[in-house]
Amino acid sequence: MTTTEHSYKTAPQLSETLKRYSSIATFIGLVFLALLVSGIFLEGGGLTGAGMGHFLRAYLVGFWLWFGAGAGCLVILMTQYLTGGAWGLVIRRPLEAGAKTLYVTCFLFLPLLVFREQIYWWTTPAGLADKVIHAKSLYLNVPFLWVRWAIYSIFLCFYTMKLTAWSKQEDETRSTAVSAKLEALSAPGVLIFFILMTFCSVDYLMTLEPYWYSTVYGFMIVIGWVLTALAVVIATLTMLEKYAPMDHALTRKHYHDLGKLLFAMVMMWTYLNFSQLIITWSGNLPSEIVWYIKRWNGGWEAIALLLLFGHFVLPFAMLISQPAKKSSKFIFFVACYIIAVHAVDVYQLVEPNFTNVKDPHFYFSWLDVVAPLGFGGLWLAIYFRNLPGMPLLPLGAPDLVKALNHGRDH
Amino acid sequence: MSVHTDGEITLYGLMAEFETPGQLVAAARRTREAGFKNYDAYTPYPIHELDAAMDLHDNRVSLFTLIGGLLGCAGGFGLATWVSAVAWPLNVGGRPLISVPMFIPVTFECTILLGGLTAAIGMLLLNGLPMPYHPVFNVERFVNASRSKFFICIESTDPKFDRTLTANFLESLGAEEVAEVAE
Repeated sequence: MTTTEHSYKTAPQLSETLKRYSSIATFIGLVFLALLVSGIFLEGGGLTGAGMGHFLRAYLVGFWLWFGAGAGCLVILMTQYLTGGAWGLVIRRPLEAGAKTLYVTCFLFLPLLVFREQIYWWTTPAGLADKVIHAKSLYLNVPFLWVRWAIYSIFLCFYTMKLTAWSKQEDETRSTAVSAKLEALSAPGVLIFFILMTFCSVDYLMTLEPYWYSTVYGFMIVIGWVLTALAVVIATLTMLEKYAPMDHALTRKHYHDLGKLLFAMVMMWTYLNFSQLIITWSGNLPSEIVWYIKRWNGGWEAIALLLLFGHFVLPFAMLISQPAKKSSKFIFFVACYIIAVHAVDVYQLVEPNFTNVKDPHFYFSWLDVVAPLGFGGLWLAIYFRNLPGMPLLPLGAPDLVKALNHGRDH
Repeated sequence: MSVHTDGEITLYGLMAEFETPGQLVAAARRTREAGFKNYDAYTPYPIHELDAAMDLHDNRVSLFTLIGGLLGCAGGFGLATWVSAVAWPLNVGGRPLISVPMFIPVTFECTILLGGLTAAIGMLLLNGLPMPYHPVFNVERFVNASRSKFFICIESTDPKFDRTLTANFLESLGAEEVAEVAE
């Protein structure tokens, strides 16, 4: 049983459905983003008051979760060009659609940069005059912060543009020369991605606690992105499988492979978080333990335990069985759950930084829920709009037929 | 239990030889569909489709591994706790005696160690290895099972086994050659 050429066309009902999903997502996104912005005024204080501070923190939570989903799509896209494999071919188009959200999300850094003094203490005059910050001023200075934003954005947008344009060219020409170009571009891409995005995580998350540092941080953050991106792609793949061409292109084996990757990323996230904890715990140095003291006191320990069980034990137990990974209903549920619990992870990366280490207090604002939903709606709206723009399978990929017969009986 | 035939050889079963893995998988499926229970397939390398074709559902090795893993997990953590909090309490830099993060690597390693060992031991217990003698090797051409050919052997203990009918059935599957396997 193999699939035939003429059946690769996207079913018209699928394009309609995706358009409808996009409209629904736009509506949800706009409603919640409006609520998020209203938070500035509801909590009072205008553009320099407490409301603005709370708004920016929630903004960072929601924005970071979904910027990460797009950046995660880009890095998985590059990786699957390097590794090959059936799993990568069936999700290539969703990954491209997800990476294209970066064209928008790169500019959503701007509110954080413009209103930086309300969220990044080190950028205030008092912060910049601080002895420790001053000693780090070669890196921690505002002009360079802007330059770095430009570098990250140019890199992300350039790579997304090139990879999607060449992928389209590969479709049209069926030329393996283009496939080779895609691989050659991806190899340095993965390397540069990890280096630049490590700095990006330092700039927007780690400097919330400007004295503190951790060398595994960037990798930990990027793996969180990859996890989110995989979860989004798997969840949407189960929505596509009812229609041509995905209805006959996808096999249980594809889900099994993607489920295994999701499982691996859950463990990778745990491994990196634990590495940071054990190094800090055994060092026990005042400058390093700040981060954990704030996250293990004043009510925050509930969030830490929730992440231990909710972000590791439960997904681990859910994904360990083979039939579970092969069932599209179940994997859809697990993927959605992982996005939700990862939002909690991003929340605990951001919010505890603003508590006093001598007397930590739990902080939760309704804005922290509104922001991920708002940015999620916006992200999914762009994603679902991009999806039907191209055939859902990379027709020019050299080993497409082999990939589609992956896991079928001979 | 074996079937005595013609007073000459005791028959272990009938063996069919196939050229390609595709033929083998199709033949295995039809053998199962024909109602045979005691049969096995032999290939030079693992073929994942065979599990589905033969409808194999034996997951007992995973159960062994799970039990071993859980024992290793409890044992590793227990050992670390007993050593540092009971047998020789030692204050390291003011940390609690039961210093959970530091115990995780040991616990993890013991989980993997015992899980791996029980998987290997469970596998050996269940598949009966080492097995110095097996009748299938009485067929001369069977040496190719580790090189280039694919085999199915229907055993004489199968309730549906019949020397002539089963041989005809195997031939109808497209076998290159059907051979009788002496006990």
